[in-house]
Amino acid sequence: MAQIFHPSTNTLSKVSIFGGVFFVFGALWLASEINRSSYVTQAGVVRAQPVAFGHKHHVAGLGIDCRYCHTSVEEAAFAGIPSTKTCMTCHSQIWTEAPMLEPVRAAFREDASIPWTRVHDLPDFAYFDHSIHLAKGIGCQSCHGQVDQMPLAWREHSLNMEWCLSCHREPEKYVRPPSEVFNMNYVPERPQSELGPELVRQLHIEGRTNCSACHR
Amino acid sequence: MSHTTPSAANDAPRTGPWRSLEERAARVAGSEFEHSHAHEHEHDQHAAPRPSNALLSSVEVARRDFLRLMGSSLAAAGAAACTRQPDERIHAYGASPEALIPGKPLYFATAMPWASGALGLLVESHMGRPTKVEGNPDHPASLGATDAFAQASVLELYDPTRAQLVRRNGAISTWSAFLDEFSALLEAQRASGGAGLHILTPTVVSPTLHAQLVALLKAYPSAVWTQWSAHNRDRARAGALAALGGDVAVHPDLSRTKVVLSLDDDFLAGPGGVRNMRAFAAARRARRDTQSMLRLYCVESSVSITGAAADHRLPARPSVLAAVAARIAAKVGVATNALPLAPEHERWADAVAADLLAHRGECAVLVGLEQSPEIHALAHAVNHALGAVGQTLRYTEPVECASVDQGAELRALVGELQGGRVELLVVLEGNPVYDAPADLGLREAFTKARVRVALSLFDNETTQLSNWHVPATHFLESWSDARAFDGTISIVQPLIAPLYGGKSAHELVAVMAGAPNAKAYELVRAHWQAQHEDDDFESAWKRSLHDGLLAGKRFFARSVAMANAAPKLSTPAAEGLEWVLRTDDSAYDGRFAANAWLQECPRPLTKLTWDNAVLIGVATAERAGLSSGDVVALTIDGSRLEAPVWVTPGHAEDCLTLPLGYGRTTAGPIGTGVGFDAYVFTRRSGAWSGVGAKLERLERKHEFAPAQEHHDMERRDLVRTLPLGALDSAKVHPALAHGETSLYPPHAYNGVAFGMVIDLNSCIGCNACVIACQSENSIPVVGKEEVINGREMHWLRIDRYYEGDPSDPRVLLQPVPCMHCEAAPCEVVCPVGATTHSPEGLNEMTYNRCVGTRYCSNNCPYKVRRFNFLAYADLETESLKLQRNPDVTVRTRGVMEKCTYCVQRIQEKRIGARREGREVGGDEIVTACQQVCPAQAITFGDINNPQSAVSKLRSEPHHYGLLEELNTKPRTTYLAKASAPNPQLAEGKGEAK
Repeated sequence: MAQIFHPSTNTLSKVSIFGGVFFVFGALWLASEINRSSYVTQAGVVRAQPVAFGHKHHVAGLGIDCRYCHTSVEEAAFAGIPSTKTCMTCHSQIWTEAPMLEPVRAAFREDASIPWTRVHDLPDFAYFDHSIHLAKGIGCQSCHGQVDQMPLAWREHSLNMEWCLSCHREPEKYVRPPSEVFNMNYVPERPQSELGPELVRQLHIEGRTNCSACHR
Repeated sequence: MSHTTPSAANDAPRTGPWRSLEERAARVAGSEFEHSHAHEHEHDQHAAPRPSNALLSSVEVARRDFLRLMGSSLAAAGAAACTRQPDERIHAYGASPEALIPGKPLYFATAMPWASGALGLLVESHMGRPTKVEGNPDHPASLGATDAFAQASVLELYDPTRAQLVRRNGAISTWSAFLDEFSALLEAQRASGGAGLHILTPTVVSPTLHAQLVALLKAYPSAVWTQWSAHNRDRARAGALAALGGDVAVHPDLSRTKVVLSLDDDFLAGPGGVRNMRAFAAARRARRDTQSMLRLYCVESSVSITGAAADHRLPARPSVLAAVAARIAAKVGVATNALPLAPEHERWADAVAADLLAHRGECAVLVGLEQSPEIHALAHAVNHALGAVGQTLRYTEPVECASVDQGAELRALVGELQGGRVELLVVLEGNPVYDAPADLGLREAFTKARVRVALSLFDNETTQLSNWHVPATHFLESWSDARAFDGTISIVQPLIAPLYGGKSAHELVAVMAGAPNAKAYELVRAHWQAQHEDDDFESAWKRSLHDGLLAGKRFFARSVAMANAAPKLSTPAAEGLEWVLRTDDSAYDGRFAANAWLQECPRPLTKLTWDNAVLIGVATAERAGLSSGDVVALTIDGSRLEAPVWVTPGHAEDCLTLPLGYGRTTAGPIGTGVGFDAYVFTRRSGAWSGVGAKLERLERKHEFAPAQEHHDMERRDLVRTLPLGALDSAKVHPALAHGETSLYPPHAYNGVAFGMVIDLNSCIGCNACVIACQSENSIPVVGKEEVINGREMHWLRIDRYYEGDPSDPRVLLQPVPCMHCEAAPCEVVCPVGATTHSPEGLNEMTYNRCVGTRYCSNNCPYKVRRFNFLAYADLETESLKLQRNPDVTVRTRGVMEKCTYCVQRIQEKRIGARREGREVGGDEIVTACQQVCPAQAITFGDINNPQSAVSKLRSEPHHYGLLEELNTKPRTTYLAKASAPNPQLAEGKGEAK
């Protein structure tokens, strides 16, 4: 009886078996890479806004404190988005005719909302609280990046859970004195490896990693 | 008891507490209620659905198709994981509202108006949307707690089936079109002084509305204002007039009372029960050193939570109740006639009378609103004879702004209607077409009014027969005011602008008075400004809005002497069964029939959901060959009704209870057609009970959805009762003697450790916690079909056990939330780590990790986990989105959920404390169930802090954990129920177990 399969079939079958395994792992690896990519996380992607508000100009250029606009950041979960009236405290005096600011003036005239696009948007099952992070010495910059250098804002980090946990597991690497949390150009006085653990003790930082810390 | 089955008393030791008659029967028959048997009855959440579950069984899938579907959904799930989040917008304020911090709730004081007086509330508002109702601690009717109705009122506000448009004869119209026609009609009335104008309202407790109506009647001197509430004070009023010569309301002061006799008065239930429950629980609190506690005797025909809380409850049909009342009256020295009474009832009455006499000046006799005027009058005489008046009872003017005989007024109105003399009938809320006495013929006469205008929150039976239906405002979206039981004035303050442009009664009356643009706010404010004495009204007004009540507006206690001798009681010529009507624990008088939270809330004692039933005693049912679910034809006084019966342990024999509030024909998709309408038996005499009911068994079964056998903990020593004075007699559970062993390393709790203690001696079983939990945690309803499948979602359930003789059992109630075990069986079986342990001992449930294996629930000995078998939560309807608590994740299909100890409240307080650089206080965190509990039965806090209330309770001798012998080390624990029966009545009743 003639041989049904040519000897090269052996090679083919080996390649396809191992290839299949590699394909499955490759697909999983690809999926996890896509999940971490800025396509999905939107990290580093500049977001279009109804008004081209420049953090760089307002923060670095004019020296306005974060809390002038994000008023509830120290006392609530939500940092707060400024009301149109907050914009108009200055812009009723300066740049009153600028065409760029017309949407702000229109919203103020009509008492309407400015629909800002959310840059830092956690999934609805994660509950983040700004106030406790500031109280425990995590600076704005640690999560939001160099906001004072952003003409239009983008998300600096992925906001994936592994990113949250990287700090919650090792807060000593990121913590700073609470007086420095709004400082965009903070440089530790002493090496972080020395200052960090000291601050963790001083501020009773727990670095909670249990589920209900964020998921309710 | 007259109908005790001979063997019943002897069965008690063999059966222990039982949950249903079927369970008891199985045990008495010798079967140990083994698993095989149990599971036939068991409606466990995880049992297979019944074949009739159309949704699942109608889908037939071949194996290959199934695999194909599964494969593609797996691929789709993988692909979905790689999609990015859609853009979200933040809508900034134009100008930030004062005091509002986004993400932080604000609380506003308001009040829920009831005919029996307002219940003061504090309502939580998230950026302008009210989400949760709490009690107002400063309000005398609330004292910080609320009832289930108030908790469910927020769902009523957002109910998408609310009336949203002005309608003329059913067709869409406008407010201005209404104004045009209404003004013309009123103009025509003006000429005749309003001779054809009739206004029909429920009981008015709003001083502003009362003043508006009085002023209106001056402008239309011939117009008539009629008040009608189905559950009114007519009989109590008549009793007070007969005995005392004037109408007064009776308020017990339970803190000064040692012995209470309730003559069918369910004084712990409903909105009026909130403050009573607080005082009652306080007077019965059993702690290490407690020597004595308030003793409650209760004679009742039906079953109520008050009866369940009584030390000695006598199930007695109305005629027996009258005879018992007469006997007690005679024994305490009130001259009245004796009525025939069975010897065992005589013995009971004599023992109660002796106890009352032994506590002269420290006792009180309370009478239910449903009782006849004679019983009320007799009780006034008894209370005077016992020196209760002025000591334990306070007389004040009644809470209604105008105390009238509502039945007589309604009869007069129907007379006018039938005579064709009513030109314009304005119905300001209420639903008289549904709840007026059936033989009055209001339904037929109603349409004889030339023009009918109805103001109503919902489309209902009355609006169906009206020419104009104006949508009303909910109390959470309108300005008003209301008197509380003691005369305290609350300003009803809106939490949100009217969702559907509704009008309040104030505004409609203002239209009639010729001020079509008047706003309720201005009317209420102007009313109180006119009454204000010194010149700084503004600050007083602001103060009252902040506090939720106006200072110094209470009624004075009236000192009233007996004006007439005690009445003579008569027993009706008994023939056939006796019957009593009752308001329902969920639907009340029918107004909440469309409220899904209340409909699905198991009724406190029957544990029925989505239904009412003819309640019938065990022996009576046996004699008639009836079992639960049998449909009977019920005939009383010529009215016939087909309704299913529910055999109710503890119900008086030869008597039926007919719960009102169901069988609505126009109550939206939730309430229409649920149950039967017992109003067909109401009569113009105003009687809430009578004789001559005839039952005829029909060969038909009704399927009920009772929750009583769900979530079975397999009959162990779950609910404990100990005699007061021997509270430490069961301190160590024998099964624990072998010590603690575990395969898993123990957790260390170095900081805060949360725990909860539930005092079974305080819990009355009022269900407020169940609805509060539902409201706080956005728990969906599942519907009757799914309740039958055992899939109700309540995170907190109240188990009800009976003990002893089925005709007169002891009722034991036990709230069961998650136990948050330190050695939790659920945690170790979760394959995806979705249920985990927190450093404080919380048993956490992480929804986004859950893949729905349900292993955790199968391994939970307490059966407190709930699975979303279907997408129960309505995530689409806009108005319902507003209700949800933004601090709680919304769950969907395929996810397990359970009590979290209100982790959102824990985090809020914890973060607040740690922001201040301190650890959270031992009693700082308050869970939703704890906050709402009128009896203060639930305590939550840090068990590692020896100063916390919860730690102190855990050291009480009668403290125990549920199923401790399993070594799960539950964090939710219990204080055993204490009993202090009257020794004269105690023997042979299994009280002193």
